[in-house]
Amino acid sequence: MKSFNKKNISKFAKNLRKNILKMSLSAGAASSHFGGALSCIDIIAVLFNNVINFNSKNFKKQSRDRFILSKGHACLSLYSVLKEIDIISEKEILTFEKSNSFLLGHPVKNFDKGIELSTGSLGMGLSISMGIALGLKKNKLKSKVYTIIGDGECNEGAIWEVALSAPKFNLNNFCVIIDRNNFQQTGLGTEILNLNPLKDKWKSFNWDVIEIDGHDYLDIFNSLIKPSTKPKIIIAKTIKGKGFSFSENNNDWHHKVLTKNQYEEGIRELDQ
Amino acid sequence: MKIEDKHIDLWSKIGSRATFGMSLLEIQKEFQKLQIVTSDVSTSAGLDRFRKTYPEKFTDVGISEQNLIGVATGLSEVGFDVITTTFSPFQVLRCCEQIKNNLGYMKSKVTMVGLASGLVLGTLGFTHASIEEIGAIRSIPNINIISPADSLETVKSVYASLKQNKSTYIRLTGGQPNPKVYNQDYNFEIGKAIKLRNGEEIAVIVCGARVKDSLDARDKLFENYKKNISIYNFHTIKPIDEKMILKISKKYKYIVTIEEHNIIGGLGSAVAEVLSSVKENKSKLIKLGVKDTYPPGGEYSYLIKLLNLDSGSLYKQFKKILNI
Repeated sequence: MKSFNKKNISKFAKNLRKNILKMSLSAGAASSHFGGALSCIDIIAVLFNNVINFNSKNFKKQSRDRFILSKGHACLSLYSVLKEIDIISEKEILTFEKSNSFLLGHPVKNFDKGIELSTGSLGMGLSISMGIALGLKKNKLKSKVYTIIGDGECNEGAIWEVALSAPKFNLNNFCVIIDRNNFQQTGLGTEILNLNPLKDKWKSFNWDVIEIDGHDYLDIFNSLIKPSTKPKIIIAKTIKGKGFSFSENNNDWHHKVLTKNQYEEGIRELDQ
Repeated sequence: MKIEDKHIDLWSKIGSRATFGMSLLEIQKEFQKLQIVTSDVSTSAGLDRFRKTYPEKFTDVGISEQNLIGVATGLSEVGFDVITTTFSPFQVLRCCEQIKNNLGYMKSKVTMVGLASGLVLGTLGFTHASIEEIGAIRSIPNINIISPADSLETVKSVYASLKQNKSTYIRLTGGQPNPKVYNQDYNFEIGKAIKLRNGEEIAVIVCGARVKDSLDARDKLFENYKKNISIYNFHTIKPIDEKMILKISKKYKYIVTIEEHNIIGGLGSAVAEVLSSVKENKSKLIKLGVKDTYPPGGEYSYLIKLLNLDSGSLYKQFKKILNI
């Protein structure tokens, strides 16, 4: 049975945010997708601290669980957690977005570094995730697939092809989390392309739908471990830029340069 | 894979689409991890028997081609040998970015079979006929492109694609029946063109269902004028057989490319690209195909004739080139 330890998760999440600050600062003028990485970071913290069977010892084994960041622009969150579970190094994360780095502004598939797929063209990672979940079942493996998509990403028709298709294959090993931060690149989702009622939509496609507070560790934990007979989708209500006073709910941080002052302020806020 | 002569006859009668589906019943014996993923086309691809006999090896994602490539990629990522299939425009253009990212950029391996490409679906109009897709896919790195000359070569292409480790697009052309270019089994290698007839002055570089018509035109030319020209089956458009093109460019006065595709982006373009870097190219290139336009719709035989790609028109054009 997987256990829940709030103190451990809290510490882990704090380290993940520190890594994000470091990478953003190091990217310099190259800029980074800061806000969307922070909205899903608590989900990733719980997933990797307590739930997913993916670690530095088993990440090359066929039997591992898979983590796919379909909203690939939020890759700071992925690199941050791969560093925290000792698959990539501190030195490596500081190469983020530098020329010839393997850590670009969207993930590039890298089996040796725990990056499952090249994602970031929106809508595509979800479909591959479904294929992996189907393949794992065909291979009679118990592994699970955890995929994070963005709510902006749900503008893409490709998302709804998967929504329609996955229930047909009884993929009870497939867990999708929507990072529902309500923003997309140029503004509020409700103004650009309204997804509401989002829960009803996924329900009508015959998914197991759970709605949670995407920054409440226990809520996240319970939703991730809840067994299901169908593909499961967790609509996690989140705050873009969560964790720093200067970035929370401020869509300027969709893609922005982090200054040295902001970095220091961020570190201070984390240590408070 | 053992191929019997009686199969070659049957495959020619049923055409390349039905041959593809039927041959998979045999091919799956050698590939235990085979998965066929389709978009509601099992009967159009001759896959009905396969679907019923091996349901665990068959996945239908419905009419959703973006998801077709996505799911195929996922299956490939966990170790399956994956073949996708649907009609050619939907197999390539509808999901072109998925092909780029998943198979090109990320190098996941999937074999894609585009059904009824070229002009054979002309009565359905150019939403379904397919004259552009080689150009689109040729610009994506890491993907082979094969256009088999007949039904036997279709089987050999599928088998060869599964045996190697790159993604491949197999473009099926021709109708039913699909006349034989090969009467018996032969050596097929991806990227190696095959010389079918030996002659002088003209080297015909051709792929797909146009191979047979080129052969017929050439044979008529020989019969009537005792004039021999060379015919090369360029079944692989990518990687194009550069060595063979270089060899040809030294020997012939004319190179004629023939294809059921736009003359922009297809076989003719691929040959032109190689020739453009030949230092002292002595041969003149003539590209036959669809001349960057959407012709009116119509029956296959009508369209082939309209575009001067049938054996009679090719015969006339060869004669004209040779000043006969």
